[in-house]
Amino acid sequence: MRNPFPSPAILAGLRLPNRWDILLLPLVFGGLFLLAWGGHRMAVPYAFGEQLPISLDPSVLPEYALRTTLRMGIALLCSLLFTFIYAKLAVSSRRAEQILIPLLDILQSVPVLGFLSITVLWFVHLFPGSLLGPECAAIFAIFTSQAWNMAFSFYYSLRMLPKELYQVANLFQLSAWQRFWKLELPYAMPGLVWNTMMSVSGGWFFVVASEAITISDQTVLLPGIGSYIAVAIDHRDLTAVGYAILAMLAVILITDQLLFRPLVAWADKFKFEFAESQEPPQSWFLELLRRARLPRMVLALPVWLWERLRPFAPRRPTFRLPLPKLRDWRRVDPWLDYLWMVLLSGAAVASIVSLTRFVLTEADDAEVAHVFLLGLYTLVRVVILTALASLIWIPIGIWIGLRPRLAQRVQPLALFLSAFPANLLFPVVVSFIALHQLNPEIWLSPLMILGTQWYILFNVIAGAAALPSDLKEAAANLGLQGWLRWRRVLLPAVFPSYLTGGLTASGGAWNASVVAEVANWGSTTLVASGIGAYIAQQTIQGDHPRVALGIAVMSLYVVLFNRLFWKRLYAFAQRRLALD
Amino acid sequence: MSDAEALIELRRVSKHFVSTDHHEDIVVLDDINFSLRPGEIVAMLGRSGCGKSTLLRIICGLTPASTGQVLYRGQPVTRPVAGVSMVFQTFGLFPWLTVLENVELGLEAQGILMAERRKRALAVIDLIGLDGFESAYPKELSGGMRQRVGFARALVVNPDVLLMDEAFSALDVPTSETLRGDLLDLWLERQIPTRAILMVSHSIEEVLMIADRIVILDNNPGRVKAELPITLKHPRDHTAPGFRRLVERIYEIMTATAGEPQASGISHRLPSAHVAQLLGVLDEINHPTHQGRADLPALADALELAVNDLLPLIEALQLLDFAQVAGGDIRLSLHGQAFLDADIQRRKMIFGEHLLRRVPLAGHICRVIDERPNQRAPENRFLGELEDQLSEDEAERVLQVIIDWGRYAELFAYDYDTGVFSAENPGE
Repeated sequence: MRNPFPSPAILAGLRLPNRWDILLLPLVFGGLFLLAWGGHRMAVPYAFGEQLPISLDPSVLPEYALRTTLRMGIALLCSLLFTFIYAKLAVSSRRAEQILIPLLDILQSVPVLGFLSITVLWFVHLFPGSLLGPECAAIFAIFTSQAWNMAFSFYYSLRMLPKELYQVANLFQLSAWQRFWKLELPYAMPGLVWNTMMSVSGGWFFVVASEAITISDQTVLLPGIGSYIAVAIDHRDLTAVGYAILAMLAVILITDQLLFRPLVAWADKFKFEFAESQEPPQSWFLELLRRARLPRMVLALPVWLWERLRPFAPRRPTFRLPLPKLRDWRRVDPWLDYLWMVLLSGAAVASIVSLTRFVLTEADDAEVAHVFLLGLYTLVRVVILTALASLIWIPIGIWIGLRPRLAQRVQPLALFLSAFPANLLFPVVVSFIALHQLNPEIWLSPLMILGTQWYILFNVIAGAAALPSDLKEAAANLGLQGWLRWRRVLLPAVFPSYLTGGLTASGGAWNASVVAEVANWGSTTLVASGIGAYIAQQTIQGDHPRVALGIAVMSLYVVLFNRLFWKRLYAFAQRRLALD
Repeated sequence: MSDAEALIELRRVSKHFVSTDHHEDIVVLDDINFSLRPGEIVAMLGRSGCGKSTLLRIICGLTPASTGQVLYRGQPVTRPVAGVSMVFQTFGLFPWLTVLENVELGLEAQGILMAERRKRALAVIDLIGLDGFESAYPKELSGGMRQRVGFARALVVNPDVLLMDEAFSALDVPTSETLRGDLLDLWLERQIPTRAILMVSHSIEEVLMIADRIVILDNNPGRVKAELPITLKHPRDHTAPGFRRLVERIYEIMTATAGEPQASGISHRLPSAHVAQLLGVLDEINHPTHQGRADLPALADALELAVNDLLPLIEALQLLDFAQVAGGDIRLSLHGQAFLDADIQRRKMIFGEHLLRRVPLAGHICRVIDERPNQRAPENRFLGELEDQLSEDEAERVLQVIIDWGRYAELFAYDYDTGVFSAENPGE
């Protein structure tokens, strides 16, 4: 974006706030006020089982949208904190890594709403008589939809960090604290910002889903867009559904413009490359922040204070973290390794035994087998839907990606669509199914992929756009046409990036099955048999052993499916199709 | 000068790594004794892979030595010390920090206040010829300017000892000459407080232009092979006869081997050399200007190769018995002449014969394939054998070399997808 305003160079000498500040001030104070107000409303007294009044009047939607966004924001902060601590722990020692990284893999496969079903009662007991309990449960669910993916990204960045930069940091004796802020975080920044954005995109789905929770036949409705739509479904009010969709669109648009675009544009400077990027991302809001004087002064304040206070402090700051001592990592005692493995295996066996016992208090062997069968149904749905979505979006994505101008416009759109919580659209589809008496086993299924198919489109466009022009020209020069061109050039070229999209889409579909396989429209309930429906129904009945069984089985399916299918394709793509 | 005055002293320093599967040690550096005294520039010269960069990292306290001791001003080095600073081959700049912030980094770590920090950083930036670029990001700078930032960052902490790890080798020739000259001027005019410089390099001319003493390292394992004091006066002229004599002398030392060059066994570290490159070198030796016997420095000039790139080729030619080296000269052998004169198909045959005769790994692979009923053998088998004696990376490199040579000679086929060696060619 070209900045339409004249350069503020004339004002450069002045220390006074400039006109950009005048634009910025109301924004900042408005934001602070809304934060304080929304935060206050979160801690109101509340007894479990009590119904908070949810109004369908569109004028309450701004408030609801704010509270939904606030939940998202808090969850995001928690996720960031978790990310830093978890990833640093994982790289701190080989043994920690051996356990933390596979654990992250497993956690990622647990359905997000499963976390909600298990933890909500615990949170309610933690804050008796306050709305904070259910609020925390919802926030925790959103957290679980974001944290794993962000932690993975940060962990990989730390692992990929060039050894030489660590050596520079050590040579100049940066403390661990300085190293984190000067080296590790900046290096990880582009990946982290991107993953945070993706996480938030996915997170909206779960915010909406976790606001209206039914557990042990008690429905908790937290004021927010999710509850608004739940009530709208109860009343079969399609107009209200439409309002909710509009409100959500506005929320996503605002967060995109005020948070993520500036972040992406800003993070561009942390890219570890020594060539100038062709077209650095732009953001008008970042431009505003950069031109205004106030933010710079606010940011400079702590440094200024620190520098003023330092002469009074002891010469060497006492809190300096110790420098890393030289250690030869290669020297490891194999006996300690064995001991560690024995300990881990012991813990694993113990948890399997206790989980089995817990599950078997309620369910018998036949039911366990039945749940595995349900998992198979859902697996079939996920596979078919991912395949269908791929069949549709790969050709379209390639077609778009080969046209750079078009790709530049469509890519943000696909990103935007992926952020839109598809569960807001469910009522529209479900009312249609209910009206026409369609078979829910088939027609509920597309809801699973509705929100996540965009990842396929998005990644395929990126892959096709990155196709080197000499390959395109060579193909044209050889006269490759039609199917041959697709088979030999286009499909192999986009395959690696398609995999990223496909994996995300299928993972999202598993997660969405908990919401999509059971759908209500007023008093009508449509059920498709599958493990998602099983988890949802058992959650409503508050049957914890069965919920645990459902979650465990679904996680198992997801892990196996990823290992046996996606990871293998990844390995293949890396070996054969990487364009170096 | 006595050793007590040495700024840096190495006492019997060795470094070894444990091989991946067995607990055998792979020796990288073996029994290095060395001291760096105030007022001198010492250069360590050696081929790539002789562990010279590892040695620098041991000296500045980034990597521990396996045995032996490093002393800085008489104190053992167990972690990075403030008086020793280093310039990195690929600069090691933080791309998200401006030139000024990059230079200030070391001062910031020492807890020096902003005003003082800025003053010192600007002074060094001025000295090193970076003024005007303070607010630039490294990606906006050319390679030469980036390395200037590297120097400024290393010098701003006022180090006693400056280490340079191939500091000029990532730059093009004119840029590196300018930068080297500027640094030398600062040193000779005592404009920098640094009391000694230790550089590591693989370029003979580069070290001869600035060093007061040259330490030549052997490889497999890295050992001190020779030490050479350089008494040429500055400014040095690389065309002067004295200079040329030293170049030849160093070539002689670096190519000197004990006895007939022969592969030591299947895990002999084969030099990285492609067949086309070998043919190019043979062609040049055979050129009318040399007539089958070439002076190594002249050959390097004619081929526009640095010594570091030439030596593996020379080693490969010796190993395959296509050429002999003596007294800094290389001579075409009869086999080499025959190889050169043959047509494409015949060349492959000759190459194959020599490979089987002179490189045990080639014969070993052919035998294993032959013994197998389906005439196929997985690469992991051979990698495993190599890893008994070599590090994982080195084993992979050696296997890559033999695959390249074996494919050229059509001794065996290798399938990339499956990692399988086989007797026949694909599609036959």
